[in-house]
Amino acid sequence: MSSRVGVVVFPGSNCEQDMLEAMRLVGGEPELLWHGDATVNGVDAVIVPGGFAHGDYLRPGAIARFSPVMSAVAEFAAAGGPVVGICNGFQVLTEAGLLPGALQKNAGLKFLCAPTQLRVETTNSVLTRAADKGAVLSIPINHFEGNYTCDAETLAQLRDEDRIVLRYVVNPNGSVDDIAGVCNEGRNVVGLMPHPERSTSELLGSTDGLPLLRSLLSA
Amino acid sequence: MIFSVHVEVRLRPGIADPQGSTIERAMPTLGFAGVSGVRVGKSIRFEIDAADEAAARSEAEDLCRRFLTNPVIEDAIVELEPAGVAS
Repeated sequence: MSSRVGVVVFPGSNCEQDMLEAMRLVGGEPELLWHGDATVNGVDAVIVPGGFAHGDYLRPGAIARFSPVMSAVAEFAAAGGPVVGICNGFQVLTEAGLLPGALQKNAGLKFLCAPTQLRVETTNSVLTRAADKGAVLSIPINHFEGNYTCDAETLAQLRDEDRIVLRYVVNPNGSVDDIAGVCNEGRNVVGLMPHPERSTSELLGSTDGLPLLRSLLSA
Repeated sequence: MIFSVHVEVRLRPGIADPQGSTIERAMPTLGFAGVSGVRVGKSIRFEIDAADEAAARSEAEDLCRRFLTNPVIEDAIVELEPAGVAS
């Protein structure tokens, strides 16, 4: 049973404290991983949290992917370690080539901060194995560049290989095929735009993020 | 030898451009009729110290491929000339 969870911090990350709190809530032992250290410190799972790493300069994730910690995260992922990128973390993982596709500006050019309904499309991923297939989860988004895009060939591959992990019930940002989250071929790297750490208490309006975070612990 | 480099980063053909579409839709309200095909990109300028123009171009193109563009959605046009040339 995995329990030590590393949460990566770049200059400009802003969801890492929420993530620490959320992981403690589901019984994990979270710790921060500094972007300048080329190690994941022996953790059992890695989370790349939301924020604006390096100010989103050039493109979201474009500079963060060259951080020393990212080479360690790539090695960890290549060895089958569970890695989840949330929001800006998803952007970092696509820029790093750990996940296919890219995140563009939202269709409509609005920064979106709102609850969304997400459908669990597969339970065969490190983020959804403790969730129910077909379940609809209420989890908020908070992004300007969450419009998932990829070429037709990649999209066909994602569909054929059951790698679209989460879809929006109502597409908020123009993402191709309503995609909210995808995984890699090994199913151990998942990226999603919505924030499960913000759906961990009735006080926050939803607890639907809990099964996703628990999935990561049992990976 | 120092070369001045200008990189134009563009969205690849066929990639939706929400900024370009929004600008295009705003034009008729300003009285600009008949404008279409608006695409928004980035312009990046820098200098490179290299042995000759071919080496400078090769390095600039490598930089574009690995860092200045996201090849999934963008490509780049590289223009360069010896620094100090009036332009």
